[in-house]
Amino acid sequence: MSPRQFTALKSGLFLLCLVPLANLVYGLIADTLGANPIEVLTRGLGDWTLRFLLITLAVTPLRRLSGLGWLLRLRRLLGLYTFFYALLHFASYVWLDQFFDWAEIGKDIVKRPFITVGFASLLLLLPLAATSTNAMMKRLGGRRWQVLHRAVYAIGIFAVLHFWWMVKKDITEPATYAVVLALLLGMRLYWALRSGPGRHGVGVS
Amino acid sequence: MLIQRLTDILSSEITAPEIYRGRREFMRAAGTLALAGGLGLQVADAAAGVKLAGTRPGPYGTSEELTPYKDVTTYNNFYEFGTDKADPAVNAGSLNPRPWTVRVDGLVNRPGQYDIDALLKLASLEDRIYRMRCVEGWSMVVPWVGYPLNELIRRVEPLGSAKYVEFTTLNDRARMPGLRSPVLDWPYTEGLRLDEARHPLTLLAVGLYGETLPNQNGAPVRIVVPWKYGFKSAKSIVRIRFVEHRPISSWERAAPREYGFYSNVNPEVDHPRWSQSRERRIGEFRKRKTLMFNGYGEQVARMYTNLDMRRYY
Repeated sequence: MSPRQFTALKSGLFLLCLVPLANLVYGLIADTLGANPIEVLTRGLGDWTLRFLLITLAVTPLRRLSGLGWLLRLRRLLGLYTFFYALLHFASYVWLDQFFDWAEIGKDIVKRPFITVGFASLLLLLPLAATSTNAMMKRLGGRRWQVLHRAVYAIGIFAVLHFWWMVKKDITEPATYAVVLALLLGMRLYWALRSGPGRHGVGVS
Repeated sequence: MLIQRLTDILSSEITAPEIYRGRREFMRAAGTLALAGGLGLQVADAAAGVKLAGTRPGPYGTSEELTPYKDVTTYNNFYEFGTDKADPAVNAGSLNPRPWTVRVDGLVNRPGQYDIDALLKLASLEDRIYRMRCVEGWSMVVPWVGYPLNELIRRVEPLGSAKYVEFTTLNDRARMPGLRSPVLDWPYTEGLRLDEARHPLTLLAVGLYGETLPNQNGAPVRIVVPWKYGFKSAKSIVRIRFVEHRPISSWERAAPREYGFYSNVNPEVDHPRWSQSRERRIGEFRKRKTLMFNGYGEQVARMYTNLDMRRYY
Protein backbone atom coordinates (compact mmCIF):
# COMPACT_ATOMS: atom_id res chain seq x y z
CA MET A 1 0.00 0.00 0.00
CA SER A 2 1.29 3.44 -0.92
CA PRO A 3 1.58 6.14 1.78
CA ARG A 4 -1.22 8.07 0.07
CA GLN A 5 -3.51 5.10 0.06
CA PHE A 6 -2.75 4.46 3.72
CA THR A 7 -3.48 8.07 4.68
CA ALA A 8 -6.81 7.87 2.84
CA LEU A 9 -7.60 4.58 4.58
CA LYS A 10 -6.72 5.95 7.98
CA SER A 11 -8.73 9.14 7.45
CA GLY A 12 -11.69 7.06 6.32
CA LEU A 13 -11.40 4.89 9.41
CA PHE A 14 -11.18 7.99 11.61
CA LEU A 15 -14.50 9.23 10.25
CA LEU A 16 -16.10 5.80 10.31
CA CYS A 17 -15.37 5.52 14.03
CA LEU A 18 -17.45 8.63 14.64
CA VAL A 19 -20.54 7.16 12.99
CA PRO A 20 -21.87 5.33 16.11
CA LEU A 21 -21.59 8.53 18.13
CA ALA A 22 -23.26 10.59 15.40
CA ASN A 23 -26.01 8.02 15.24
CA LEU A 24 -26.70 8.25 18.99
CA VAL A 25 -26.58 12.04 19.01
CA TYR A 26 -28.94 12.17 16.05
CA GLY A 27 -31.28 9.79 17.88
CA LEU A 28 -31.27 12.07 20.93
CA ILE A 29 -32.07 15.14 18.87
CA ALA A 30 -34.65 13.48 16.64
CA ASP A 31 -36.17 11.73 19.67
CA THR A 32 -35.97 8.26 18.16
CA LEU A 33 -34.29 6.54 21.12
CA GLY A 34 -37.57 5.48 22.70
CA ALA A 35 -39.09 6.08 26.11
CA ASN A 36 -35.81 6.09 28.03
CA PRO A 37 -33.27 7.86 25.81
CA ILE A 38 -30.71 8.32 28.60
CA GLU A 39 -30.53 4.57 29.13
CA VAL A 40 -30.20 3.94 25.38
CA LEU A 41 -27.43 6.53 25.11
CA THR A 42 -25.45 5.30 28.12
CA ARG A 43 -25.76 1.66 27.07
CA GLY A 44 -25.07 2.45 23.42
CA LEU A 45 -21.84 4.22 24.37
CA GLY A 46 -20.91 1.26 26.56
CA ASP A 47 -21.63 -1.20 23.75
CA TRP A 48 -19.40 0.75 21.40
CA THR A 49 -16.60 0.99 23.94
CA LEU A 50 -16.59 -2.77 24.17
CA ARG A 51 -16.79 -3.19 20.40
CA PHE A 52 -13.88 -0.81 19.80
CA LEU A 53 -11.89 -2.60 22.47
CA LEU A 54 -12.43 -5.95 20.75
CA ILE A 55 -11.68 -4.48 17.32
CA THR A 56 -8.42 -3.07 18.71
CA LEU A 57 -7.56 -6.44 20.20
CA ALA A 58 -8.27 -8.07 16.84
CA VAL A 59 -5.59 -6.06 15.03
CA THR A 60 -2.59 -8.12 16.13
CA PRO A 61 -4.12 -11.54 15.37
CA LEU A 62 -5.48 -10.25 12.06
CA ARG A 63 -2.09 -8.94 11.06
CA ARG A 64 -0.48 -12.21 11.99
CA LEU A 65 -3.02 -14.29 10.11
CA SER A 66 -3.17 -12.05 7.03
CA GLY A 67 0.42 -10.85 6.93
CA LEU A 68 -0.79 -7.29 6.29
CA GLY A 69 1.75 -5.21 8.18
CA TRP A 70 -0.04 -1.89 7.79
CA LEU A 71 -2.90 -3.13 9.98
CA LEU A 72 -0.70 -2.49 12.99
CA ARG A 73 -0.49 1.18 12.10
CA LEU A 74 -4.27 1.51 12.64
CA ARG A 75 -4.15 0.06 16.14
CA ARG A 76 -3.42 3.28 18.02
CA LEU A 77 -6.34 5.05 16.33
CA LEU A 78 -8.68 2.22 17.34
CA GLY A 79 -7.29 2.09 20.87
CA LEU A 80 -7.77 5.81 21.34
CA TYR A 81 -11.33 5.54 20.05
CA THR A 82 -11.93 2.85 22.67
CA PHE A 83 -10.77 5.35 25.29
CA PHE A 84 -12.88 8.10 23.71
CA TYR A 85 -16.07 6.02 23.85
CA ALA A 86 -15.22 4.84 27.39
CA LEU A 87 -14.95 8.47 28.52
CA LEU A 88 -18.26 9.35 26.87
CA HIS A 89 -19.89 6.28 28.44
CA PHE A 90 -18.61 7.37 31.87
CA ALA A 91 -19.62 11.00 31.28
CA SER A 92 -23.10 9.89 30.32
CA TYR A 93 -23.35 7.91 33.57
CA VAL A 94 -21.98 10.75 35.71
CA TRP A 95 -23.98 13.51 34.08
CA LEU A 96 -27.20 12.13 32.62
CA ASP A 97 -27.72 9.12 34.85
CA GLN A 98 -26.46 10.32 38.25
CA PHE A 99 -26.42 14.07 37.65
CA PHE A 100 -23.08 14.60 39.42
CA ASP A 101 -24.28 13.02 42.65
CA TRP A 102 -20.73 12.12 43.70
CA ALA A 103 -21.81 10.43 46.93
CA GLU A 104 -24.11 8.13 44.99
CA ILE A 105 -21.44 7.52 42.35
CA GLY A 106 -18.89 6.65 45.04
CA LYS A 107 -21.34 4.22 46.63
CA ASP A 108 -22.00 2.64 43.24
CA ILE A 109 -18.28 2.13 42.59
CA VAL A 110 -17.68 0.54 45.99
CA LYS A 111 -20.90 -1.45 46.40
CA ARG A 112 -21.89 -2.59 42.91
CA PRO A 113 -19.44 -5.11 41.49
CA PHE A 114 -20.42 -4.38 37.89
CA ILE A 115 -19.64 -0.70 38.38
CA THR A 116 -16.45 -1.49 40.30
CA VAL A 117 -15.01 -3.47 37.37
CA GLY A 118 -16.29 -0.94 34.84
CA PHE A 119 -14.57 1.86 36.71
CA ALA A 120 -11.41 -0.22 37.08
CA SER A 121 -11.22 -0.74 33.33
CA LEU A 122 -11.62 2.99 32.75
CA LEU A 123 -8.80 3.73 35.21
CA LEU A 124 -6.59 1.17 33.50
CA LEU A 125 -7.26 2.79 30.15
CA LEU A 126 -5.87 6.13 31.39
CA PRO A 127 -2.15 5.23 31.41
CA LEU A 128 -2.51 3.46 28.06
CA ALA A 129 -4.03 6.54 26.46
CA ALA A 130 -1.42 8.77 28.12
CA THR A 131 1.47 6.69 26.76
CA SER A 132 0.07 6.33 23.27
CA THR A 133 2.24 9.02 21.69
CA ASN A 134 5.49 8.27 19.85
CA ALA A 135 7.39 10.42 22.37
CA MET A 136 6.06 8.45 25.32
CA MET A 137 6.78 5.19 23.57
CA LYS A 138 10.39 6.29 23.12
CA ARG A 139 10.69 7.54 26.70
CA LEU A 140 9.41 4.28 28.15
CA GLY A 141 11.32 2.07 25.78
CA GLY A 142 9.62 -0.53 23.60
CA ARG A 143 9.93 -3.33 26.09
CA ARG A 144 8.43 -1.48 29.08
CA TRP A 145 5.80 0.13 26.89
CA GLN A 146 4.73 -3.30 25.72
CA VAL A 147 4.51 -4.66 29.26
CA LEU A 148 2.40 -1.67 30.32
CA HIS A 149 0.10 -2.05 27.37
CA ARG A 150 -0.62 -5.66 28.22
CA ALA A 151 -3.02 -4.12 30.75
CA VAL A 152 -5.43 -4.13 27.82
CA TYR A 153 -6.05 -7.86 28.44
CA ALA A 154 -7.25 -7.10 31.97
CA ILE A 155 -9.30 -4.20 30.63
CA GLY A 156 -10.98 -6.56 28.17
CA ILE A 157 -11.87 -9.04 30.91
CA PHE A 158 -13.15 -6.30 33.24
CA ALA A 159 -15.19 -4.73 30.47
CA VAL A 160 -16.95 -7.98 29.61
CA LEU A 161 -17.59 -8.65 33.33
CA HIS A 162 -18.96 -5.11 33.62
CA PHE A 163 -21.58 -5.96 30.99
CA TRP A 164 -22.22 -9.52 32.19
CA TRP A 165 -22.87 -8.51 35.81
CA MET A 166 -25.14 -5.65 34.77
CA VAL A 167 -27.54 -7.80 32.78
CA LYS A 168 -30.66 -8.97 34.57
CA LYS A 169 -31.14 -12.39 33.07
CA ASP A 170 -30.61 -12.58 29.31
CA ILE A 171 -26.84 -13.02 29.00
CA THR A 172 -26.81 -13.61 25.23
CA GLU A 173 -25.07 -10.34 24.42
CA PRO A 174 -22.35 -10.32 27.11
CA ALA A 175 -21.71 -14.00 26.41
CA THR A 176 -21.16 -13.17 22.73
CA TYR A 177 -18.58 -10.55 23.65
CA ALA A 178 -16.98 -12.99 26.10
CA VAL A 179 -16.56 -15.59 23.34
CA VAL A 180 -14.94 -13.07 21.00
CA LEU A 181 -12.62 -11.87 23.77
CA ALA A 182 -11.70 -15.44 24.72
CA LEU A 183 -10.87 -16.16 21.10
CA LEU A 184 -8.69 -13.05 20.76
CA LEU A 185 -6.83 -13.71 24.01
CA GLY A 186 -6.67 -17.45 23.38
CA MET A 187 -4.87 -16.95 20.08
CA ARG A 188 -2.24 -14.84 21.82
CA LEU A 189 -1.80 -17.40 24.54
CA TYR A 190 -1.44 -20.17 21.96
CA TRP A 191 1.16 -18.26 20.01
CA ALA A 192 3.05 -17.26 23.16
CA LEU A 193 3.21 -20.87 24.38
CA ARG A 194 4.24 -22.16 20.99
CA SER A 195 7.04 -19.66 20.58
CA GLY A 196 8.48 -20.86 23.89
CA PRO A 197 9.53 -19.10 27.08
CA GLY A 198 12.72 -17.73 25.54
CA ARG A 199 10.88 -15.62 23.02
CA HIS A 200 8.12 -14.66 25.41
CA GLY A 201 6.34 -11.53 24.44
CA VAL A 202 7.59 -11.18 20.92
CA GLY A 203 4.72 -10.37 18.64
CA VAL A 204 2.30 -10.60 21.50
CA SER A 205 0.67 -7.34 22.37
CA MET B 1 -68.85 -19.86 33.58
CA LEU B 2 -70.37 -18.85 30.33
CA ILE B 3 -68.35 -18.38 27.21
CA GLN B 4 -69.78 -15.81 24.89
CA ARG B 5 -68.74 -13.78 21.91
CA LEU B 6 -68.00 -10.11 22.08
CA THR B 7 -71.03 -8.29 20.66
CA ASP B 8 -71.44 -5.11 22.63
CA ILE B 9 -68.66 -2.96 21.23
CA LEU B 10 -69.63 -0.99 18.18
CA SER B 11 -67.10 0.22 15.69
CA SER B 12 -68.49 3.72 16.29
CA GLU B 13 -67.17 3.47 19.83
CA ILE B 14 -63.57 3.07 18.75
CA THR B 15 -61.73 6.02 20.19
CA ALA B 16 -60.10 8.45 17.86
CA PRO B 17 -56.43 7.74 18.35
CA GLU B 18 -55.32 11.35 18.24
CA ILE B 19 -56.55 11.76 21.79
CA TYR B 20 -53.71 9.62 23.06
CA ARG B 21 -51.11 9.66 20.40
CA GLY B 22 -49.08 12.38 18.81
CA ARG B 23 -50.81 14.47 16.22
CA ARG B 24 -48.11 13.73 13.68
CA GLU B 25 -48.42 9.98 14.08
CA PHE B 26 -52.14 10.31 13.75
CA MET B 27 -51.83 12.20 10.49
CA ARG B 28 -49.57 9.48 9.12
CA ALA B 29 -51.98 6.74 10.15
CA ALA B 30 -55.03 8.66 8.99
CA GLY B 31 -54.42 7.94 5.33
CA THR B 32 -54.23 4.21 5.92
CA LEU B 33 -57.31 4.22 8.11
CA ALA B 34 -59.32 6.21 5.60
CA LEU B 35 -58.41 3.78 2.85
CA ALA B 36 -59.15 0.72 4.96
CA GLY B 37 -62.40 2.24 6.21
CA GLY B 38 -63.50 2.96 2.67
CA LEU B 39 -62.92 -0.66 1.75
CA GLY B 40 -64.80 -1.81 4.81
CA LEU B 41 -61.76 -3.48 6.32
CA GLN B 42 -60.91 -3.71 9.95
CA VAL B 43 -57.57 -2.34 10.96
CA ALA B 44 -55.68 -4.48 13.41
CA ASP B 45 -52.91 -2.91 15.45
CA ALA B 46 -51.19 -4.43 18.45
CA ALA B 47 -51.08 -1.06 20.15
CA ALA B 48 -54.64 0.02 19.48
CA GLY B 49 -57.36 -0.96 21.86
CA VAL B 50 -61.13 -0.81 21.78
CA LYS B 51 -62.73 1.85 23.91
CA LEU B 52 -64.10 0.58 27.20
CA ALA B 53 -67.44 2.30 27.73
CA GLY B 54 -69.03 3.28 31.03
CA THR B 55 -65.95 3.46 33.23
CA ARG B 56 -66.09 5.58 36.36
CA PRO B 57 -63.31 7.35 38.23
CA GLY B 58 -61.83 5.16 40.93
CA PRO B 59 -60.12 6.02 44.23
CA TYR B 60 -56.38 6.44 45.00
CA GLY B 61 -55.79 8.66 41.98
CA THR B 62 -52.80 10.92 41.55
CA SER B 63 -52.56 14.32 39.95
CA GLU B 64 -49.10 13.49 38.59
CA GLU B 65 -48.61 13.83 34.89
CA LEU B 66 -49.56 10.71 32.94
CA THR B 67 -46.80 8.91 31.08
CA PRO B 68 -47.60 9.32 27.36
CA TYR B 69 -49.51 6.45 25.74
CA LYS B 70 -46.66 5.90 23.33
CA ASP B 71 -44.13 5.34 26.13
CA VAL B 72 -46.50 3.13 28.14
CA THR B 73 -46.99 0.91 25.09
CA THR B 74 -43.45 0.79 23.66
CA TYR B 75 -41.28 0.41 26.78
CA ASN B 76 -42.29 -2.90 28.30
CA ASN B 77 -40.77 -5.79 30.19
CA PHE B 78 -42.70 -8.78 28.88
CA TYR B 79 -40.11 -11.51 28.29
CA GLU B 80 -42.64 -13.75 26.54
CA PHE B 81 -42.14 -11.39 23.61
CA GLY B 82 -38.39 -10.77 23.95
CA THR B 83 -36.03 -9.38 26.55
CA ASP B 84 -35.52 -5.93 25.05
CA LYS B 85 -38.01 -3.37 26.25
CA ALA B 86 -38.86 -2.46 22.66
CA ASP B 87 -39.54 -6.12 21.75
CA PRO B 88 -43.06 -6.59 23.15
CA ALA B 89 -44.54 -3.75 21.10
CA VAL B 90 -43.01 -5.30 17.98
CA ASN B 91 -43.72 -8.98 18.70
CA ALA B 92 -46.96 -9.05 20.69
CA GLY B 93 -49.19 -8.87 17.61
CA SER B 94 -49.38 -12.66 17.65
CA LEU B 95 -50.86 -12.85 21.16
CA ASN B 96 -54.49 -12.88 19.97
CA PRO B 97 -56.25 -12.05 23.24
CA ARG B 98 -59.69 -13.29 22.15
CA PRO B 99 -61.20 -15.72 22.86
CA TRP B 100 -59.63 -15.98 26.31
CA THR B 101 -60.56 -17.76 29.47
CA VAL B 102 -59.18 -17.48 32.98
CA ARG B 103 -59.33 -20.51 35.21
CA VAL B 104 -59.92 -19.76 38.88
CA ASP B 105 -59.30 -22.74 41.11
CA GLY B 106 -57.52 -24.17 44.11
CA LEU B 107 -58.81 -23.64 47.62
CA VAL B 108 -62.14 -22.00 46.77
CA ASN B 109 -65.79 -22.98 47.10
CA ARG B 110 -66.72 -21.90 43.60
CA PRO B 111 -63.96 -22.63 41.11
CA GLY B 112 -64.66 -21.81 37.48
CA GLN B 113 -63.61 -20.79 34.00
CA TYR B 114 -64.22 -17.16 33.25
CA ASP B 115 -64.53 -15.93 29.72
CA ILE B 116 -62.88 -12.56 29.23
CA ASP B 117 -66.20 -10.93 28.31
CA ALA B 118 -67.79 -12.30 31.46
CA LEU B 119 -64.84 -10.94 33.45
CA LEU B 120 -65.30 -7.54 31.88
CA LYS B 121 -68.88 -7.46 33.17
CA LEU B 122 -68.23 -8.96 36.58
CA ALA B 123 -67.94 -5.58 38.27
CA SER B 124 -68.11 -1.97 37.16
CA LEU B 125 -64.95 -0.74 35.51
CA GLU B 126 -62.97 2.02 37.17
CA ASP B 127 -60.29 4.38 35.92
CA ARG B 128 -57.34 4.03 38.28
CA ILE B 129 -54.30 6.23 37.84
CA TYR B 130 -51.37 4.46 39.49
CA ARG B 131 -47.66 4.98 39.74
CA MET B 132 -45.71 2.01 38.37
CA ARG B 133 -42.17 1.45 39.66
CA CYS B 134 -39.97 -1.07 37.89
CA VAL B 135 -37.30 -2.92 39.87
CA GLU B 136 -34.82 -1.63 37.26
CA GLY B 137 -35.13 1.93 38.54
CA TRP B 138 -37.63 3.62 36.24
CA SER B 139 -41.26 4.54 36.74
CA MET B 140 -44.41 5.61 34.95
CA VAL B 141 -47.88 6.93 35.75
CA VAL B 142 -50.47 4.76 34.06
CA PRO B 143 -54.24 5.27 33.82
CA TRP B 144 -55.48 1.70 34.15
CA VAL B 145 -59.02 0.45 33.68
CA GLY B 146 -60.22 -2.40 35.85
CA TYR B 147 -61.76 -3.27 39.16
CA PRO B 148 -60.42 -4.53 42.48
CA LEU B 149 -59.29 -8.14 42.21
CA ASN B 150 -61.28 -8.73 45.38
CA GLU B 151 -64.50 -8.42 43.35
CA LEU B 152 -63.55 -11.70 41.74
CA ILE B 153 -62.07 -13.22 44.89
CA ARG B 154 -65.18 -12.76 46.99
CA ARG B 155 -67.32 -14.37 44.31
CA VAL B 156 -65.25 -17.56 44.30
CA GLU B 157 -65.29 -17.79 48.12
CA PRO B 158 -61.78 -18.77 49.23
CA LEU B 159 -61.58 -21.48 51.88
CA GLY B 160 -60.09 -20.73 55.27
CA SER B 161 -57.00 -22.68 54.28
CA ALA B 162 -56.26 -20.38 51.30
CA LYS B 163 -53.37 -18.14 52.31
CA TYR B 164 -51.81 -17.18 49.00
CA VAL B 165 -52.87 -16.53 45.41
CA GLU B 166 -50.81 -17.58 42.40
CA PHE B 167 -51.18 -16.02 38.96
CA THR B 168 -50.09 -17.78 35.79
CA THR B 169 -49.39 -16.10 32.48
CA LEU B 170 -50.26 -17.71 29.15
CA ASN B 171 -47.62 -20.22 28.04
CA ASP B 172 -48.17 -20.66 24.29
CA ARG B 173 -45.13 -20.75 22.04
CA ALA B 174 -47.20 -20.22 18.93
CA ARG B 175 -48.38 -16.86 20.24
CA MET B 176 -45.40 -15.82 22.37
CA PRO B 177 -42.11 -16.06 20.46
CA GLY B 178 -40.02 -15.21 23.53
CA LEU B 179 -40.97 -18.50 25.18
CA ARG B 180 -38.53 -20.30 22.90
CA SER B 181 -35.72 -18.78 24.94
CA PRO B 182 -35.22 -20.43 28.35
CA VAL B 183 -34.46 -17.07 29.94
CA LEU B 184 -37.07 -17.75 32.66
CA ASP B 185 -38.70 -20.94 33.86
CA TRP B 186 -41.99 -20.79 31.90
CA PRO B 187 -44.84 -20.28 32.44
CA TYR B 188 -44.43 -16.96 34.19
CA THR B 189 -45.98 -17.16 37.61
CA GLU B 190 -46.39 -14.58 40.31
CA GLY B 191 -48.01 -14.61 43.71
CA LEU B 192 -49.46 -12.51 46.50
CA ARG B 193 -50.49 -13.12 50.04
CA LEU B 194 -54.30 -13.39 50.19
CA ASP B 195 -54.63 -10.14 52.14
CA GLU B 196 -52.49 -8.38 49.53
CA ALA B 197 -54.60 -9.82 46.73
CA ARG B 198 -57.77 -8.65 48.48
CA HIS B 199 -56.44 -5.17 49.14
CA PRO B 200 -58.60 -2.52 47.45
CA LEU B 201 -55.54 -1.17 45.58
CA THR B 202 -54.90 -4.50 43.85
CA LEU B 203 -56.47 -4.29 40.46
CA LEU B 204 -57.68 -6.78 37.91
CA ALA B 205 -56.86 -4.57 34.93
CA VAL B 206 -58.45 -4.95 31.51
CA GLY B 207 -57.47 -1.65 29.96
CA LEU B 208 -55.38 1.48 29.95
CA TYR B 209 -56.04 4.97 28.67
CA GLY B 210 -59.75 4.08 28.44
CA GLU B 211 -59.19 1.26 25.95
CA THR B 212 -58.72 -2.49 26.18
CA LEU B 213 -55.14 -3.47 27.08
CA PRO B 214 -52.66 -3.46 24.21
CA ASN B 215 -51.13 -6.94 23.85
CA GLN B 216 -47.70 -5.75 25.01
CA ASN B 217 -49.21 -4.46 28.26
CA GLY B 218 -50.72 -7.81 29.20
CA ALA B 219 -53.93 -8.19 27.19
CA PRO B 220 -56.62 -9.11 27.79
CA VAL B 221 -56.39 -9.19 31.58
CA ARG B 222 -53.59 -8.65 34.10
CA ILE B 223 -52.90 -7.84 37.71
CA VAL B 224 -51.70 -4.42 38.91
CA VAL B 225 -50.17 -4.14 42.38
CA PRO B 226 -48.94 -0.54 42.53
CA TRP B 227 -46.94 -0.69 45.77
CA LYS B 228 -44.75 -3.53 44.52
CA TYR B 229 -42.13 -3.62 41.78
CA GLY B 230 -43.67 -4.03 38.34
CA PHE B 231 -42.76 -7.68 37.81
CA LYS B 232 -45.18 -8.66 40.60
CA SER B 233 -48.06 -7.56 38.35
CA ALA B 234 -48.53 -10.63 36.13
CA LYS B 235 -49.68 -10.01 32.57
CA SER B 236 -51.99 -11.93 30.21
CA ILE B 237 -53.12 -14.26 32.96
CA VAL B 238 -54.87 -17.57 32.31
CA ARG B 239 -55.06 -18.92 35.83
CA ILE B 240 -55.65 -17.67 39.37
CA ARG B 241 -55.03 -20.36 41.95
CA PHE B 242 -55.65 -20.19 45.70
CA VAL B 243 -53.10 -22.11 47.73
CA GLU B 244 -52.07 -22.75 51.30
CA HIS B 245 -48.30 -22.42 50.92
CA ARG B 246 -46.36 -19.51 49.57
CA PRO B 247 -45.78 -20.00 45.85
CA ILE B 248 -42.36 -19.33 44.32
CA SER B 249 -42.63 -16.80 41.53
CA SER B 250 -40.62 -16.84 38.31
CA TRP B 251 -38.15 -14.08 39.11
CA GLU B 252 -37.66 -15.40 42.62
CA ARG B 253 -36.80 -18.80 41.20
CA ALA B 254 -34.40 -17.21 38.69
CA ALA B 255 -32.51 -15.07 41.22
CA PRO B 256 -33.75 -15.41 44.81
CA ARG B 257 -31.19 -12.93 46.17
CA GLU B 258 -32.39 -10.24 43.81
CA TYR B 259 -36.16 -10.68 43.56
CA GLY B 260 -37.96 -11.61 46.74
CA PHE B 261 -41.54 -12.78 47.10
CA TYR B 262 -42.69 -9.50 48.62
CA SER B 263 -40.80 -7.06 46.41
CA ASN B 264 -42.48 -4.08 47.99
CA VAL B 265 -41.10 -0.84 46.59
CA ASN B 266 -38.57 0.16 49.22
CA PRO B 267 -35.92 2.87 48.80
CA GLU B 268 -34.09 1.57 51.87
CA VAL B 269 -33.41 -1.92 50.57
CA ASP B 270 -31.15 -1.95 47.54
CA HIS B 271 -31.22 -4.48 44.79
CA PRO B 272 -27.86 -6.28 45.22
CA ARG B 273 -26.63 -4.75 41.98
CA TRP B 274 -28.13 -1.27 42.09
CA SER B 275 -29.59 1.28 44.43
CA GLN B 276 -33.37 1.58 44.78
CA SER B 277 -33.28 4.99 46.44
CA ARG B 278 -34.11 6.89 43.27
CA GLU B 279 -35.87 6.32 40.01
CA ARG B 280 -36.17 7.86 36.59
CA ARG B 281 -39.74 8.79 35.77
CA ILE B 282 -40.05 8.13 32.05
CA GLY B 283 -40.03 11.48 30.28
CA GLU B 284 -38.12 13.28 33.04
CA PHE B 285 -34.44 14.19 33.00
CA ARG B 286 -33.45 14.21 36.67
CA LYS B 287 -34.07 11.20 38.84
CA ARG B 288 -36.58 11.52 41.64
CA LYS B 289 -36.61 9.96 45.09
CA THR B 290 -38.35 6.62 45.33
CA LEU B 291 -41.17 6.59 47.88
CA MET B 292 -41.73 3.82 50.42
CA PHE B 293 -44.37 1.45 49.04
CA ASN B 294 -44.25 3.60 45.91
CA GLY B 295 -46.18 6.27 47.80
CA TYR B 296 -48.99 3.92 48.88
CA GLY B 297 -47.76 3.48 52.47
CA GLU B 298 -50.89 5.04 53.93
CA GLN B 299 -52.95 2.29 52.33
CA VAL B 300 -50.67 -0.73 52.67
CA ALA B 301 -48.06 -0.22 55.43
CA ARG B 302 -50.27 -1.78 58.09
CA MET B 303 -50.12 -5.13 56.27
CA TYR B 304 -46.41 -5.29 56.98
CA THR B 305 -46.04 -4.00 60.54
CA ASN B 306 -44.77 -7.37 61.74
CA LEU B 307 -42.60 -8.09 58.74
CA ASP B 308 -38.84 -7.55 58.66
CA MET B 309 -38.64 -5.80 55.31
CA ARG B 310 -34.89 -6.28 55.01
CA ARG B 311 -35.21 -10.01 55.35
CA TYR B 312 -38.44 -10.32 53.40
CA TYR B 313 -37.56 -8.01 50.53
